[in-house]
Amino acid sequence: MSTAPRRTALDALHRSLGATMTDFAGWDMPLRYASEREEHQAVRTRAGLFDLSHMGEITVSGPQAVALLDYALVGNISTVGPGRARYTMICREDGGILDDLIVYRTGDTEYLVVANAGNAQTVLDALTERSAGFDAEVRDDRDAYALIAVQGPEAPGILKSVTDADLDGLKYYAGLPGTVAGVPALIARTGYTGEDGFELFVAPEHAEGLWRALTEAGADAGLVPCGLSCRDTLRLEAGMPLYGHELTTALTPFDAGLGRVVKFEKEGDFVGRKALEAAAERAAGTPPRTLVGLVAQGRRVPRAGYPVVADGAVIGEVTSGAPSPTLGKPIAMAYVDAAHAAPGTAGVGVDIRGAHEPYEVVALPFYRRQK
Amino acid sequence: MSNPQQLRYSKEHEWLTAAEDGVSTVGITEFAANALGDVVFAQLPEVGAQVSAGESCGELESTKSVSDLYSPVSGEVTEINQDVVDDPSLVNSAPFEGGWLFKVRVAEEPDDLLSADEYAEFTKS
Repeated sequence: MSTAPRRTALDALHRSLGATMTDFAGWDMPLRYASEREEHQAVRTRAGLFDLSHMGEITVSGPQAVALLDYALVGNISTVGPGRARYTMICREDGGILDDLIVYRTGDTEYLVVANAGNAQTVLDALTERSAGFDAEVRDDRDAYALIAVQGPEAPGILKSVTDADLDGLKYYAGLPGTVAGVPALIARTGYTGEDGFELFVAPEHAEGLWRALTEAGADAGLVPCGLSCRDTLRLEAGMPLYGHELTTALTPFDAGLGRVVKFEKEGDFVGRKALEAAAERAAGTPPRTLVGLVAQGRRVPRAGYPVVADGAVIGEVTSGAPSPTLGKPIAMAYVDAAHAAPGTAGVGVDIRGAHEPYEVVALPFYRRQK
Repeated sequence: MSNPQQLRYSKEHEWLTAAEDGVSTVGITEFAANALGDVVFAQLPEVGAQVSAGESCGELESTKSVSDLYSPVSGEVTEINQDVVDDPSLVNSAPFEGGWLFKVRVAEEPDDLLSADEYAEFTKS
């Protein structure tokens, strides 16, 4: 088996744009094209274009597709209408999070499951294993799609100029098939930036043409290509969890403060139910560590794994940290002991390579867009 | 990317001016600034501190990482660039000019400093 990084259909284009490339979950992906802060600001104020072709697509179809998904995932997929999407998770029997997912209902009995790049094989294997006994097909569609996202306040206007699809009728967390710049696409109003925007699933051979068409359509609106670096600061400001940082197999959705994605009321058993019921009870009783936001009073940047401290004792750990271009200060997400989790708790700091730097505990998210 | 001919360079990607009255100016190269990405925090050595060639004397923090700042020569720090402390993005926008980092009264130079051409060859991947 080759260990060479995989390249997306847009690889040559990224290189021609001068992108700094980085290895991400086995893929060679653009980290940034020029300044990641300018890319970040472009998405907040205008629009940015992302190649997300590393994400893992899995199609689940057949008469019992929805029954399989209700059994395999913690969400209630049977309440997802055609053309809608749902944020959910797949857990182990012990309740540990295997991945967070978006499930799009693309037909009466067809669903597109989108997994994180690093977990795509794990999710595929789990769904395949859990499909035993269901009249449903689990298909690896990772090579069937390139994924391009256009995100930011100008995104609707830019996309409108290259599609006849009814974008006004397309709600947040909905997706519909359409034609964009002459190529067939699943057009989804989803994203990971805290802004309005769209994700476009297309055949890889159409990716470059679509990218170029969107670049041209967005030129006057200030659209710029954006890499994974600004995607990380955008999602961090928006308080969105990232697998491997805020979400891991060591945590249940309740430990991550995302217990609402677990739907005990759905019909039938699902993988992890028993462990998750216990986790829900634990979370309601003696709360475990809580995910909070931290805002620096100084300028040093907390990184994942740095201890959170109070009164000289370790009370938690940073899961993600970065300088926030929007706030102009370093920010972090961290799991901290419940006693120190309330916004405004005094005396909390982050141990940054030995120095205890003062941080303010705040509620997430750090940034919410104006509707 | 062009490296000014009149400067000398370390393999840790610092540049160094020829000494004037025994004092040289130190910064990081455009190559290094590009590799770091947007610099958001600079911890520079203190004036009066003794720095040693090849040893860490500060930190440069960018969006995605933190990197040690090394001194290309040994000596005493005589001045730091307060403009960079106040606005670390100068390291990215003007690495060879307004983004200089500190000045050092040179006590000893290592013998492996590179010329501009040698450094260009060194950084050619």
